[in-house]
Parts: sequence; structure tokens; C-alpha cells
Amino acid sequence: MSEISAEQVAHLANLARIALTDEEIGHLTTELAQIMHAVEKVSEVATPDVPPTSHPIPMQNVYRDDVVGNTLTAEEALSGAPESDGSRFVVTAILGEEQ
Amino acid sequence: MARAELMDFDQALELFEPVIGLEVHVELNTTTKMFSSAPNPANSAFHGAEPNTLVSPVCLGLPGSLPVVNGDAVRKSISLGLALGCSIAESSRFARKNYFYPDLAKNYQISQYDEPIAFDGELEVEIEGGKTFMIPIERAHMEEDAGKLTHVGGSTGRIQGAEYSLVDYNRAGVPLVEIVTRPIFGAEADAPALAKAYVATIRDIAIALGISEARMERGNLRCDANVSLRPRGQEKLGTRTETKNVNSFRSIERAVRYEIQRQAAILAKGGTITQETRHWHEDTGATSAGRPKSDADDYRYFPEPDLVPVVPSAELIEELRAALPEAPAARRRRLKGEWGFTDLEFQDVANSGLLNEVAETVAAGASPAAARKWWTGELTRLANASERDVVELATPAQVAELAALVDAGTLTDRLARQVLEGVVAGEGSPQQIVDARGLAVVSDDGALIAAIDQALASQPDVLAKIRDGKVQAAGAVIGAVMKAMQGKADAARVRELVLERAAAVE
Repeated sequence: MSEISAEQVAHLANLARIALTDEEIGHLTTELAQIMHAVEKVSEVATPDVPPTSHPIPMQNVYRDDVVGNTLTAEEALSGAPESDGSRFVVTAILGEEQ
Repeated sequence: MARAELMDFDQALELFEPVIGLEVHVELNTTTKMFSSAPNPANSAFHGAEPNTLVSPVCLGLPGSLPVVNGDAVRKSISLGLALGCSIAESSRFARKNYFYPDLAKNYQISQYDEPIAFDGELEVEIEGGKTFMIPIERAHMEEDAGKLTHVGGSTGRIQGAEYSLVDYNRAGVPLVEIVTRPIFGAEADAPALAKAYVATIRDIAIALGISEARMERGNLRCDANVSLRPRGQEKLGTRTETKNVNSFRSIERAVRYEIQRQAAILAKGGTITQETRHWHEDTGATSAGRPKSDADDYRYFPEPDLVPVVPSAELIEELRAALPEAPAARRRRLKGEWGFTDLEFQDVANSGLLNEVAETVAAGASPAAARKWWTGELTRLANASERDVVELATPAQVAELAALVDAGTLTDRLARQVLEGVVAGEGSPQQIVDARGLAVVSDDGALIAAIDQALASQPDVLAKIRDGKVQAAGAVIGAVMKAMQGKADAARVRELVLERAAAVE
């Protein structure tokens, strides 16, 4: 049975950029543990002869032809941006997180 | 770390064994992006487009937009996997790699995690000097490229001190194949050269397959180099660093060499290596610390729910396998034999990245020696002088035509160089330039004899010397005649005629 620690919840919250109070971390730790236990039940029925499901509908190989479709103009692309320089989005500099 | 603090390379190799691992990203040259029908800037037809003009709602991660896989990108990825000697997965799927950074608007990258399209390959790589290594390939997976950030403000323009960033999403969603090696052991002092040769081999494969423009300076081909050291005799691998931003073949070699020397200096003093990404700086020839390396767990990979599995049929795989070009290492061996080049001559061509140009020029009828001479000589000189890419200056057909004109005696080498300048300037085919500029060799002996007689008459002392048997004195007359002919004469023929006339004239 997996246990969830308050540190793990705080770490996950940080990765998801969600600010949590200590109180929230407390009850989320309990809730996440319960969710984990519920999900663990799946492993009881997932025997080797049951193929893993990656999609609710059994489909595969859905492809698009390599043909150019509709695109947005730069103006349209930037229309919802809080800030732009006319051709590019302006964002706050985020340091040291380049992937 | 300052140069002086690095450990001497040979000394580092005495104390430590270098282990390298390479991640190469190849941008595919499909017409459209990986998951959207927006034009692909990694296809030369769309290169250099204005920012945010090659975007669709999918590229911007707009609500309600859904990705659809580009079938051609899948086929090209399979071809690349096969060329790397990989097995192709019977079933493969996409996964979300979650991270917050504005280079992807969705806050995740669609990649592959536990079910890559290709795995367990092996690639033969030959380094300068002819030594070969088998590089074990762990996997090659499909993913999308991220947008391009330009950091503005701060004193240096680099990321430190930036006040804000400008984002162009043209590159977001460009189809990528990431090729990951297993740890490479046993390269020893050749590790830097091997890293460079490995990426060059992948470039050759990508070009031969026609799946990528494969130009490092445009970012079509990018390499992250993992380097670790372990003390001689130790089984356990040392802590590795991952150097990013290595944008030329020369830099790959330099960056690996630098990391070996830097890590050796730290370890020898009893220090420890931090597991981190490092940035390569072309100007200083050094790496600097980036962010600490995230654990894969922190990306919270999970199967991409918007896409269905990729299940390539055995027929498709065999069709693509049958269409594979000759492996680069085997092709090099074959061409070297066919051309009869020495090791040095062949490396001269291969290291200049001109193997394809020379091969095509030979196929167009030129002798291998002439093809090599023009490409690695005059054309390379012109390219360096104009800071252009040598392959853009002339076509193999033009070079073959030029070589044929020299063989036929229509052009001397000197005239051929002038014609080549015309070709580079876009004045037309070599024959057209010969006609337009009147550059053909004067093969009319009458015109030559007239010029020779005149030169002999004006230099009676030289004439006397020649008649006395001092044939080397003929040089002065040959020079005068060549000048009178504006260089458009075959010097050997002029010499013959000078000696004849010197004996004959009164």
C-alpha cells in the first residue's frame, strides 16, 4: 500500500505551480492517499492477459496527411496575449528552467 | 572554470576513464508540423518565416484544439530508427512531459516515454584516422520541438539578468526525433572525436534518407553531450553532466574535451561533480552551470490521452527497410576504394562535409581527383571568403562541366578559376560563362606565334640566351605572351612554341 507524505504533496504542488497552505497540504495528503488506494485496486485485476488500455476507444494509427492547413496570422495569434511586441509574445523572464 | 584550472587532457585520461552518452535531436523536414497542419519551419521552404506566422491553434495550445499525428513524420521516424539498426515497436504511444516554461504554451511537451517508436540499435562510427566504434543506441523517440525564446534586457543579453522574454511559436510543434545512446565505454582519448563523428554520422544518415535538412547552424540537428568520469579501476559510473547548446561539430568535440578536463580537475582535488545541465559557450570555449537536472519523475509523464497508439504494420516497416540507403560507414569505405584516394585525400573531403558533392560530381562525369580539387580547393576558398556555405555556391553538374572543359583543353586551371567565380556569381553554366566572357584558351597557333615573335623581337637578349641553350630564359617570353593573351593560353603549349620560334626566327 502506497503512502503519501506531506513532503510529496508539497513537492507536487510546487511542480504544478499551485500555492498550498499547510492546512491544505494536510487534508490533500489524506485525500491523495485515499485516491491512490482506490487506483491500486486496478492492479488487482490487471493480470498479464489483460492488455493495457491507452484510450477509451480501441483505435490506432490515426494520421493526418502532410498537407498545410489553415494557419493563424501573427496578429490573430497575438490577439489573446496580455502583452506582445507586435510579432512576438512578451512574457516575464523565467530563469533557469529551460528544458 | 578558467583554462589554467583545467587538468591537462592526457593527465585526466591517466587518472580517469571518460564515459559519454549523447542525445541528438533531429528536426524532420516534413511539410507540416508533428501534430498540426501548420507549415514546418524545419522544411527549407518555410525557413526564416516572420515570427508567429507558422502557427495554428494547436501550436499555441488554445483551448479546444487537438493534436493529430502527421503520418509522414511517423514514416520518417521509422526510417531513421531502421537506419540506426533499431527494432521498431509493434505498438508505440505518445506521452505528456509536464513542465512550466513559456517555450510551449500547453505547459507540456508531447513526447514518448515508455513506448518509443524505435529501440535497441547500433551504429558504426568512424573517427578521423579511420578507427571505428560501435555506438549502442538505446532508443529513438518522436516528439515536438518547443518555441523560441529571446531574452531581452539585462547587461549581457544572456538569460541571467533578462527582464522579459519574447516568444515565437513557429518552432513549437516541429517534428523531432530524439536519439539516445547507451553509455559509451572504451573511447578513452578518442571520446571527444567520437562524439563529433557520431553526430556527423547521424547528419549523413538524415541527409541520405532525405528526412531532415540536418544543418546544425540552423538547429535542425542538436546535440546534448553527457560526460562522466570514473577513477581507473572503479566499476561504478561517476556523476554526469549534460552539456547543452552545442551547435557545431567542432563545438561537440571541444565541449566533451572541456568537460573531461574540468571534471578531472574537480575530482582530483577531492571535489564532487554536481549532476546538472551545463551550457556551452562558443566564444569562451567553456561550459557554465545551468539548472540542476530534474528527475524524470518530476516531469510526471503520462500517456497522451488525445492521441491513439502508433502501430506500424510489418509491411510498412519492410517497405521502409528496403528503401534504406547504404550505411554511411560502408559507403565511405566503398567510395574511398572507387576513387582511389589516399587516407588524407579522403579525409579532406569527408571532414569538409563534401562527400555527397564530390560523389555527385563524379557521377556527373568528372574524375574523382578533379571533383575533389574543385570542391575542397577553389570553391571552399570562395566560400570562406564570402562566408557562404560551399554547397550553395555551385552544383555538382556545374563542377563536372568545368572539369570537362579543362580536360578538353578549352580552359586552363587559371581560366577555370575565373569561370568558377562566374558560376558562383550566378552568371550561368561554365560553357555559357566561357562564351559570354570570352574566356576560352587561345588554341589558334597563329595568334600565339604572332605574340611570341613580338615578345622575342622586343627581348633580343632573351632570344640569344635561348639560342645558347639556356632554355630556362624562355620563362620571360612565356610570361609576356601569357600577358598578351590575357592568360587565355595553355602555358605548356606556349613554351613549346617559344622554343620552336626561338630556333626559327632570324
